[in-house]
Amino acid sequence: MSLYRDLGVVLRTYKLGEADRIVVLLTAGHGKVRAVAKGVRRAKSRLGGRLEPLSHLQLLMYEGRELDIVSQAEVVEPWRALHEDLACLAGGMAMAEAAEQVAQEGEASGPLYRMLVGALRAMAHRPGPLVVAGFYWKLLCLDGAAPVLHQCASCGAGPPAARLVAFDIAEGGALCQGCRRGQPISPAALELLRMVVGGQLGRALELPASHTTNEVAALATISMERHLERRLRSLRTLERA
Amino acid sequence: MYAASVQELIDELGRLPGIGPKSAQRIAFYILKSPAEDARRLAACITAAKTKVTWCARCFNVAEGEAGVECEICTDPRRDSSALCVVEEPRDVVAIEKTGEFRGRYHVLQGAISPIDGIGPDQLRVRELLARIDAEGVKEVILCTNPNIEGDATALYLASLLKHLPVKVTRIASGLPVGGDLEYADELTLGRALEGRRELA
Ligand SMILES: [Zn+2]
Ligand SMILES: [Zn+2]
Repeated sequence: MSLYRDLGVVLRTYKLGEADRIVVLLTAGHGKVRAVAKGVRRAKSRLGGRLEPLSHLQLLMYEGRELDIVSQAEVVEPWRALHEDLACLAGGMAMAEAAEQVAQEGEASGPLYRMLVGALRAMAHRPGPLVVAGFYWKLLCLDGAAPVLHQCASCGAGPPAARLVAFDIAEGGALCQGCRRGQPISPAALELLRMVVGGQLGRALELPASHTTNEVAALATISMERHLERRLRSLRTLERA
Repeated sequence: MYAASVQELIDELGRLPGIGPKSAQRIAFYILKSPAEDARRLAACITAAKTKVTWCARCFNVAEGEAGVECEICTDPRRDSSALCVVEEPRDVVAIEKTGEFRGRYHVLQGAISPIDGIGPDQLRVRELLARIDAEGVKEVILCTNPNIEGDATALYLASLLKHLPVKVTRIASGLPVGGDLEYADELTLGRALEGRRELA
């Protein structure tokens, strides 16, 4: 069995047998990795708490035939807020869930890893209303679904001749009056969305909560779910709370 | 290929938590090789437990008797009704009882909030918990959920609900190994964690 080192974020875990866990990691160099962490549910485990979801780790792993094995794990950055604030925890889980869906096993994705780390760091230190949404829009762009925002994604008509009034990620982005389907979108939300995907995410993240940030956040969830063709459970579950 | 009845036994055992196909096979053959009397006793125990045991109508721990009955802890008049310890599962009640540090009563949520598995507060015994605070004169609620992300989420959620009620809310101390299951913590560590609980803001 060969050893390798990598950085990774724990996306989720499953109980295995009496005291083991399977951890699903998003790594910097090896893409999505499913690995066994032995004995971690026992109180005296050396690996123990480090292998909880949303932990950012320096890992030493054995390559296995089906599942790799976690040999060592050290915490890179402790993100306390993700465990001490329910909204931060829920946001972190919501991002990890989407990342798990997009990431592929055996396919390295440095950009995806860096995006997730950046977003979790933002959630832990400066949780604004657009952290999760910003991550979702960037994830859509990375996964080949960057939305068309300056003209109608369907017919190509653009302002000033045609107003963009709706949004549907399945159609490719913003839509004019004639092609409208999906969700209605306000001019302010469209403007904010251009900011988020157009290289000014940092500025967008500083914005206080408003109707417009709510609209862009709701649209992000709908678009992410439509793109993945499945519901995002983390968000829905805690919305019910 | 095994005879149908052997395969059926292996399949049933394999559906139990923590038992993979290999273990199921091993247990099945262990049972087949053991005396008929042993196998009959095991079968009888399972049937008896399933018919006699129910959930305590007050705290949702296991209780013996008809539906609507209360467990031994809830019916014990020596227990302090002003302190309520909230745990995820009945096995956590056992773990805390072993420490001998706690003389109050329990509330078993029968699970934990797990966003990614779609398990929300509505699937836990949360409403029943809130109803007990006033009815039983509870002064302190000790959140004793597992020290992992689901346990954290559950404790944070309950704390946000309970802060509107006239009750002190504490969380078991962080001396517990994070990521470990409460049931694996040794009695001394768990006892200390209970003793060192801190009030939540
Ligand atoms: Zn159009
Ligand atoms: Zn009871």
